[in-house]
Amino acid sequence: MTMHAPSAMKDYETQASLETFAFLPPLTREEIVEQAAYIIAQGWTPAVEHEEPARASGHYWPMWKLPFFGETDVNAVLAECEACRQAYPGHHVRLVGYDNYTQCQGAAFVVFRGRGW
Amino acid sequence: MSAKKYDAGVKEYRETYWTPDYVPLDTDLLACFKITPQAGVPREEAAAAVAAESSTGTWSTVWSELLTDMEYYKGRAYAIEDVPGDQESFYAFVAYPIDLFEEGSVVNVLTSLVGNVFGFKAVKHLRLEDIRFPLAYVKTCMGPPSGIQVERDKLNKYGRPLLGCTIKPKLGLSAKNYGRAVYECLRGGLDFTKDDENVNSQPFMRWENRFEFVAEAVRKAQEETGERKGHYLNVTAPDCEQMIQRAEFAKELGQPIIMHDFLTAGFSANTSLAKWCRRNGMLLHIHRAMHAVIDRHPKHGIHFRVLAKCLRLSGGDHLHTGTVVGKLEGDRASTLGYVDLLRESFIPEDRRRGIFFDQDWGSMPGVFAVASGGIHVWHMPSLLTIFGDDSVFQFGGGTQGHPWGNAAGAAANRVALEACVKARNQGRDLERESREILTEAARHSPELGMAMETWKEIKFEFETVDKLDAA
Repeated sequence: MTMHAPSAMKDYETQASLETFAFLPPLTREEIVEQAAYIIAQGWTPAVEHEEPARASGHYWPMWKLPFFGETDVNAVLAECEACRQAYPGHHVRLVGYDNYTQCQGAAFVVFRGRGW
Repeated sequence: MSAKKYDAGVKEYRETYWTPDYVPLDTDLLACFKITPQAGVPREEAAAAVAAESSTGTWSTVWSELLTDMEYYKGRAYAIEDVPGDQESFYAFVAYPIDLFEEGSVVNVLTSLVGNVFGFKAVKHLRLEDIRFPLAYVKTCMGPPSGIQVERDKLNKYGRPLLGCTIKPKLGLSAKNYGRAVYECLRGGLDFTKDDENVNSQPFMRWENRFEFVAEAVRKAQEETGERKGHYLNVTAPDCEQMIQRAEFAKELGQPIIMHDFLTAGFSANTSLAKWCRRNGMLLHIHRAMHAVIDRHPKHGIHFRVLAKCLRLSGGDHLHTGTVVGKLEGDRASTLGYVDLLRESFIPEDRRRGIFFDQDWGSMPGVFAVASGGIHVWHMPSLLTIFGDDSVFQFGGGTQGHPWGNAAGAAANRVALEACVKARNQGRDLERESREILTEAARHSPELGMAMETWKEIKFEFETVDKLDAA
């Protein structure tokens, strides 16, 4: 089969990745809003956190303000993501959905990738 | 209580063990059996016989019964129902007092409920369909070492199913070549790889060598991707001492997860290992070899939902459940039923999904449902719809069969998974729009495009043998 000839194959280069949605193209503003709407629709509390890429491997990133308890406006959530990015240019910015029933995060994904990513 | 007289001889079981007016207690352990009696045996007598033989009774009256309060200890058949669409069999519901069972011992429960009674001559076939474990009994069992939430927190993976892959060929690779296959899968984007269940410690690859090479593969993939990775190191062994020895070495190597076969190794071994995992902060993946011997025949044996409940009590963080869509047996509604029994805290009776009793697990952690066997990227939309986030999808051939190799195969699966999660969150209908969703995702992933091309015609469409009973 020609498909298996080396010349027909593509090499796979390892990528540093940041968990959920890391293998998709960066989310657009509209897509961030859609995912924030999903978090709110599940009854989860949206929250934002950020970290510089070189220190991003730990469990804890600094919180941006407090989680937005009771927030139901997706545009307000997007505005906080953007404000965090402006305050910390070059940092990864992650949107989290806290699920207080399971005491776990229902969602967590990077909405703005940091410098060099 | 008034004194009874000893009356030697053989009584009909139903005189003592058929109690249709009995109202089960919250602390009773309840069981539903599907009974196919021998010709001429009345239903009540067969049901009473099963209740008796799985609890206090024997074939003849014995004098020493009068030294205790049999009314307190006996099992009771308290209801009988038709099996829809089946003239020959019927359901019998039996209540057992909680004190018939040692605390924290699924071994003891099974020895009673599916012990001698299954060879009893008055029944032609017998199947244990479901058990309601009272919360009072659940609280005596440790359950999963970590559970779903703790595992997510440790691995830092949220809002999506986890991705795994069983390393193939299942037998015959050297330890170093095996570690290579692991590394390629993990660097490509999988969360886990897995030892095949047959891989223990054979001459071609002894366990110490496998553990060392795999540990290097996991460490390197973690460093390069920045994500947490693991390989289910199979510690199933000829005896419990070696099982624990292998578990300890996995811990020494800094590995996050080990694996066990709960049925072939047995519940005592499994419970010991689960407790070891809790003490040592290790995740435990559970494989289910031998289950189809026990659960596939619709009239005899034990339904898998019972084995799944027993595993949750005995302890495990992942359990294989079938895929519904892949190469292995599994009815969709029934699978959804026992997937809930693994993961939720309270599961109401729902006959449409084969759940015969309310089951309250209290605070017992949940178990990830593992879908594995004959699945590939085209199944991803259905898998996410059926299993939701708290599951592990394992693509063996569907990763390593990629024409460009394991890393490309892994990346294809990861892209497909994330595209489906994103689309679901957007409110799209995954099963109806599956082709569009995957095609869009493949536009920026040649690896996914190639996977879709490779597996576009592969389906496994056979009738399910063990279907839910329906008219």
